[in-house]
Amino acid sequence: MPKPTAIAQAFWDQKSALWSQGIYTFKEALGGYALGCSLGIFVALLFAAWRPLSSAFMPYAVAANAIPIIAFAPIMNNWFGLLNPFSKMAIAAVLCFFPVMINTLRGLTSVHPSSIELMQSYAAGRVSLFRRVRIPNALPHMFTGLKVATVLSMIGAIVGEYFGGPTEALGVKILNDSSYGNFTDAWAGIVMASLLGIVFYAVVALAERLTTSWHPSARAFHTE
Amino acid sequence: MSAVSIKGVSKQFEAGVTALQGIDLDVEPGEFVSLIGPSGCGKSTLLRIIGDLTKPTAGTVQVNGKPADRARRDHEYGIVFQDAVLYDWRTVSKNISLPLELLHWNRSRRNARIKDMLELVELTGFESHHPWQLSGGMQQRVSIARALSFSPSLLLMDEPFGALDEMTRERLNAELLRIWQETGSTVVFVTHSISEAVFLSTRVVVMSVRPGQIAGLVDVDLEQPRTNATRESPRFFELVTQVREQLAAAGARLGETQEPALVEDQV
Ligand SMILES: Nc1ncnc2c1ncn2[C@@H]1O[C@H](COP(=O)(O)OP(=O)(O)O)[C@@H](O)[C@H]1O
Ligand SMILES: [Mg+2]
Repeated sequence: MPKPTAIAQAFWDQKSALWSQGIYTFKEALGGYALGCSLGIFVALLFAAWRPLSSAFMPYAVAANAIPIIAFAPIMNNWFGLLNPFSKMAIAAVLCFFPVMINTLRGLTSVHPSSIELMQSYAAGRVSLFRRVRIPNALPHMFTGLKVATVLSMIGAIVGEYFGGPTEALGVKILNDSSYGNFTDAWAGIVMASLLGIVFYAVVALAERLTTSWHPSARAFHTE
Repeated sequence: MSAVSIKGVSKQFEAGVTALQGIDLDVEPGEFVSLIGPSGCGKSTLLRIIGDLTKPTAGTVQVNGKPADRARRDHEYGIVFQDAVLYDWRTVSKNISLPLELLHWNRSRRNARIKDMLELVELTGFESHHPWQLSGGMQQRVSIARALSFSPSLLLMDEPFGALDEMTRERLNAELLRIWQETGSTVVFVTHSISEAVFLSTRVVVMSVRPGQIAGLVDVDLEQPRTNATRESPRFFELVTQVREQLAAAGARLGETQEPALVEDQV
């Protein structure tokens, strides 16, 4: 492994190229993230609202999740085209879908039975139960999935690019540098990818703090 | 018209458990009735049947002259569970406001009522706290305020103070009696504490187990308002003894496996 100082030097020297490559890949990751997470939340809502649907389709979701992403990547590149950013978004989306879906579903369904009886005692309907109990109850769980998905979306985009992509992509740069033996430059690319992943994670974690400040885990934020 | 009228109610669960058998009970408006009995005798099940949260397998229940399901849809009762069942994502005010929102009260009417309720349960100043920032006793007071916020005529309570320490429980007992008198509501109260049942109630319903039946009724003629002195009065001890003996008798009959008809003779 190259010396950290050498990697830092390479990072500094190439910062503008790395930045534009990073942003290119980050946009793919973000697109896939938005797609995979919204789909995950939507399916979780469907499954929670209609249990038979959940028992019918959950095995497929679990099986699909077990397929290694490496197997998906070339197929997506083939379907959408190597240079089409949508091929990488699709891979990122597949990676994000499952953790968001499964965590959100757990949050929607792990409501204490007496919470539901209380709503029944008020003759509240299903929509009201979702809006006032199930969805707020699911938020902390959903954010657990959303945070995991930030890092997964970056991994998905970069792995997709390893199987072919435009030269302005960070994954392609890392792959090319490695195959030419420029490991210092490759590491600089990896640092860029990690930085973007960390920032992405931090932004979602901040959103979590803002929307679930009521949660007991946010106790420290309630010091009076 | 009775506040609650239970006729021939039985409840059998799918698993073959007969939780309740042949329950007949009338609760008059303004009464404070406690259900007491060993754990598993069907107290919670009976309360949930009154609230139409579960259906009886036989018999009928009327609340304020309406069938139980109609009464529930008309918001005739408020319920308090053993665990306060407050929503963490809502502040104290917002928790109390929940039934009012479901009843489509407008904001100014809601706010005025929340303020009154906070005064009633002595929680003024805690409106923007979250439930987990409160003690167990305070949480249960929020739960009572929520149950009373829309002025239901009937209050159903399932061991509301069961998880609290003795001192908190006695303080909340006194507070509940004050609220009961101020609001003029009818209360059906589940407990397994004999002294709590006697202290609070105008009538105690003693239940026996397997199957859950009414083993006896004890009229509590202690004068109102009840105070700490009530707990020390000879009449209080007499009534506690009476309830205890009925409970023991119900248990003994179970042990001797006598005809269920004998139990019914006692009622
Ligand atoms: N949902 C249920 N399914 C099957 N059995 C139940 C159910 N709820 C309660 N029971 C049974 O019915 C009996 C009465 O329960 P419950 O009303 O909770 O008693 P209590 O509140 O007096 O302790 C118990 O034997 C309990 O195991
Ligand atoms: Mg019970």
